[in-house]
Amino acid sequence: MQLEALTKLNAARRSRRAAVVVTDLAGDDARVILEGEATSGPLGEEIAKAFRSGKAGTVEVEGQSLFLNVHLPPPRIVVIGAVHISQALARLAPVAGYDLTIIDPRTAFATEERFEGVALIADWPEDVLKDRPLDAYTALAAVTHDPKIDDFPLSEALRVGCFYVGALGSRKTHAKRVERLKELGRTDNEIGRIAAPIGLDIGAASPAEIALATLAQIVQAFRRRDLVTVG
Amino acid sequence: MTVSEILDPLLTAESWKQAGRNVAIATVIETWGSAPRPTGSHLVIDGDGNFEGSVSGGCVEGAVITEALDVIESGAPKMLEFGVADETAWRVGLSCGGRIRVYVERLG
Repeated sequence: MQLEALTKLNAARRSRRAAVVVTDLAGDDARVILEGEATSGPLGEEIAKAFRSGKAGTVEVEGQSLFLNVHLPPPRIVVIGAVHISQALARLAPVAGYDLTIIDPRTAFATEERFEGVALIADWPEDVLKDRPLDAYTALAAVTHDPKIDDFPLSEALRVGCFYVGALGSRKTHAKRVERLKELGRTDNEIGRIAAPIGLDIGAASPAEIALATLAQIVQAFRRRDLVTVG
Repeated sequence: MTVSEILDPLLTAESWKQAGRNVAIATVIETWGSAPRPTGSHLVIDGDGNFEGSVSGGCVEGAVITEALDVIESGAPKMLEFGVADETAWRVGLSCGGRIRVYVERLG
């Protein structure tokens, strides 16, 4: 591998972009392909497979033995709303290997006491997301019920292509939300990606059960996600 | 979680190289059985034998570092294979019972 390729790879990893390193085991040559960069033919298919599975391995392509190493950004969850559901979700997420951050400007909800040991930011999502942007490897769950708090991050999550976007609320609440998101410039296709009501349909009733249903839905969305198509 | 700036072998390799040090990168290419580190794991080594990362649980790193110094010297990559540590033919091996293949290349 050349330093140039390693620098490209590390820059992608720092900015949370997925990359595959293709090493020709016979020719000692390595290339770095970022997710969204055009690749075609049999190698392109293998690279797409590697991005989807996240698994490194050796492939045979047109008589060449190539090692594909996959570098995916670690998936994470951003929760809008420091509510009862979030307290349970904050405990469940690390078990499944997800990093979790909670954002809620309401300081009565976002207290250290209610969320001991959890990454909690008591500020408006508009301000927080400026420094910590959402990306394709982030799941966003908006659970405040308050349009003033939920709408902006929901719109932003759809715009940047978060692998999961979920919103708490009844079907009636969601219908109104759809109208507001359209006013924010989101397309029908984008809005159609929102999981609402939130969580897999397991008949969840308690806050902890809704958190579990939501986490399961996030895992499903990540394992079955489409590849990023824009660079 | 973000890419940790410390203890990250690939970031270490980049900064070493930029500081003018010779660097080799070792990568786990294949594993069989209960290998301690998954395929794709890295160990990076400089010309003085300093290293960061891992390709096993510490069982074969010493041998990989020795081979890496050769690779740095010659520039030619090497494929190494390690199997089960066995009492009769014991050199280095994996006490866990797995086998791994490690590719060692010089960072150009």
